[in-house]
Amino acid sequence: MTKPVAHTPAPRPNTDLTSHYRMMLRIRTFEERVGELFVRGQSAGSMLHLSIGEESAAAGVCAAMVEGDTFTTHHRGHGIFLARGADPNRMMAEIGGKEAGYCHGKGGSMHIADMGLGHLGANAIVGGGIPAVVGAGLAARHHGSGKISAAFFGDGATGQGILYESMNMAALWSLPCLFVCINNQYGMGTRIDQATANPEIHERARAFGLVGERVDGLDVEAVSEAADRLVAGVRQGKPAFLMIDCYRFYGHARKDKSPYRDPAEEEQGRQKDPVAFARAALLERGLATEAELTALETEVGAEMDATIDFTIAQKEPPLSTMFRDVYAPEEPEPEPVRTRIDRVLARD
Amino acid sequence: MALQELTYRDALRQALIDAMRENPDVVIMGEEVGRYGGAYAVTKDLIKEFGGERVIDTPISEPAIIGAAVGAAMAGLRPVAELMYVDFIGMTMDQLGNQAAKIRYMFGGQIGVPMVLRTQGGTGRSAGAQHSQSLEAYVMHTPGLRLAMPATVADAYHLLRQALTKPDPVVFIEHKALYTMKETVDLDAPALPWGTSAVRREGKDLVIVTYSRQLHYALEAAKKLAAQGIEATVIDLRTLNPLDFDPIREAVSRIGRAMVVSEGVMTAGVAAELSARITEECFDYLEDPVVRVAGEDIPISVSTALETGSVPGAQLIYETGLKMLGKVPA
Repeated sequence: MTKPVAHTPAPRPNTDLTSHYRMMLRIRTFEERVGELFVRGQSAGSMLHLSIGEESAAAGVCAAMVEGDTFTTHHRGHGIFLARGADPNRMMAEIGGKEAGYCHGKGGSMHIADMGLGHLGANAIVGGGIPAVVGAGLAARHHGSGKISAAFFGDGATGQGILYESMNMAALWSLPCLFVCINNQYGMGTRIDQATANPEIHERARAFGLVGERVDGLDVEAVSEAADRLVAGVRQGKPAFLMIDCYRFYGHARKDKSPYRDPAEEEQGRQKDPVAFARAALLERGLATEAELTALETEVGAEMDATIDFTIAQKEPPLSTMFRDVYAPEEPEPEPVRTRIDRVLARD
Repeated sequence: MALQELTYRDALRQALIDAMRENPDVVIMGEEVGRYGGAYAVTKDLIKEFGGERVIDTPISEPAIIGAAVGAAMAGLRPVAELMYVDFIGMTMDQLGNQAAKIRYMFGGQIGVPMVLRTQGGTGRSAGAQHSQSLEAYVMHTPGLRLAMPATVADAYHLLRQALTKPDPVVFIEHKALYTMKETVDLDAPALPWGTSAVRREGKDLVIVTYSRQLHYALEAAKKLAAQGIEATVIDLRTLNPLDFDPIREAVSRIGRAMVVSEGVMTAGVAAELSARITEECFDYLEDPVVRVAGEDIPISVSTALETGSVPGAQLIYETGLKMLGKVPA
C-alpha cells in the first residue's frame, strides 16, 4: 500500500461558537418538529429517533469535514445530515414519506441519503453503515482525492463485530476513515454499563492501532477541537475514533417513554444540554446579546416550522414508482404480482 | 484470437485480468486473493501484475469485506469482493441483503452498488457440511441482487466480464468441481448476452432446466436417455437473476414435460421456484407434474459416498427421465 496523498483541506467556515450554536439550535428545533409531524399524524410511521441532547456531536464533527468528504450515519442521524448541509424541507418530506423527499419517500428517517452532500446513507441496521467508510476510504486513496469518510454510530454499535473488523482494516491500510461513536448512554433500553464491562470504548480503537479519543459532548467547542485535530490526521491516513459522551434526552423512538430509566437520572442527564451550555457561553463571553439570541431562535423556529407546512403540502409518491429503482433504470422493472396472476390465469 | 484450450479457472482468471487492464477502477479484495493467489487459484499471480493496491489481501472479516466493497462501489471503484466459500454468505447477509441489495431502492435511485461478489459453492471435494453447499436460493430470494452461475468455460469468462459492467450488485457463484474442467474456446467469439439462458441440447420428449455443474450431469443423462429413445431438451439458465424464462415457457409448452435440476436442497429452493413458474405458466400444456431433482434436505457429509448421494447426478436425472416417459429404469 502506498502512502496517502498529502492534501491541504479547503478552508472551513463556521467553526466558531456562534455558528456551532446556530447549527445545534437548528438540529434541536428540527428534531422537535419531527416530533410534531408525528403528533399531527403526518410522519410515515413511528420509527423516528431523535438526537436531542446529542447536537454537539453532529455540529462539532461535521464542521471539521469539507465538501467531497463522505459519511454514513446510524438511525439517529438527522442532526448529522443537517450539519453536513441538508435541506430541512427535503429531509422532513422524506421523514413524511413524500415524493419531494431526498429519497422520494422510499427511505424515510432511517434510510435518508444524498450523494451530492456525500451522505452514503443512514442505516437501520446497528453498525450496518460502518464498513462502507472503509470502502469509501479505499476509493479516496485510489483516486488520490484527499477526501475522508466518516462513520457515525451510537454506543449500541460498539457491540457489533463489524465495527472492529472495519477499524482493523482502516488501521491496517492507513485509510482516511473517522469513526464517531455518539455515546448517548443507551442502546434502545439498555444502558451502556449494562452492555459492556469497559465503557472506555476509545481504548478499544487504540488497541486496533487507531487514534482513539473521548470527549464530553456538553461542550461543542471541545468536540470541535478534537474533531479538527483528528480529521487533520485522518486526512493524512491516520484513521481515528472519537467517542462523544452525551445523554439521549428522550426515548429510543417516538413512542418510547423510557420506563426503564429512573426519572432522577433523566433529570440529571438533561442537565447535560449542549445547546443551553453554548447559549450560556455566548452570553457570558459577550459573543451575543439576549436579544440577538432570541431573534436567532425566532428565525430558526420559522425555518423549521416551514418544514412541516412544506411536508404536508407534498404528495405521496405515485404507486407506479413502487417497482422503480430495484435495479438500474435501463433494466426492466420487476413484474407486479397482480399482473403475474392475471397472466397465469388468462386462458388462451 | 484463435481457439485455445482453457480450464474454467483459467477463463475466470483471464476475465479478471482483462477487466483490470481495461478499467483501472477494478479492484479485487478478499481473503488470500493476493500473495496466496486465491484458495482455488483463480487470482494466482494477479498481485504481480496489478500490485497490492488492486489485489487486496484482507483480514478474515467477511462482513467487512463485503461492506467495504459496498462503500467502494458507491465511491467510484469497481470492486470484486471474493468470498472464499458461499457457505460463508450468512456472515455477510446484512451487508449483502440489507445494504448492497437495497441501497438503490432505499435511496430513491440516487446511486447503485456496482460490485461483484465472486464465490464458489457445491459439492465434489469432500469438504463437509460448511464448505459444500449450494446457497443460491438465498441470493435469488433477495430483490436487488443479480445472480450468475456459469457452467461452461466460455461462460466463466463472458459472464464475469459482463458482471463487471453491470450497474447493480452481482453475486457470481462458481462451482468448485468445475475449476479443472477444460474446453476449447475462442474468447473473442461473440458472447451470449447477459441475462439469457442457452438451449444446450434439443429434444422432443422432455425439457430439463438446470444450471452450473448439474448442466453437465443433465447432458450426460440426456445422452443415456437418447440411447433409450428419449430425446431431452436441456436448458442452461446461466443467470438466475435476471431469469430468462421465455425459452423455458416456449420449450415446455411445446414438449409438455419438464424436469428442473438443482444441486441446492429441494425445499424452498431454486428448483421449487422454477417448478412453480413452469406449473403456473405452462399448466395447460403439461402432460405430467413438473418434477424437481434437487439436493436432499440434509447437510452434506465428508464421506464421498454420502456426499455424492446427497446431490443429484447423471444417474438420478436419467432415471427420473425414464420414469417421466413411463419407462422403468433397468
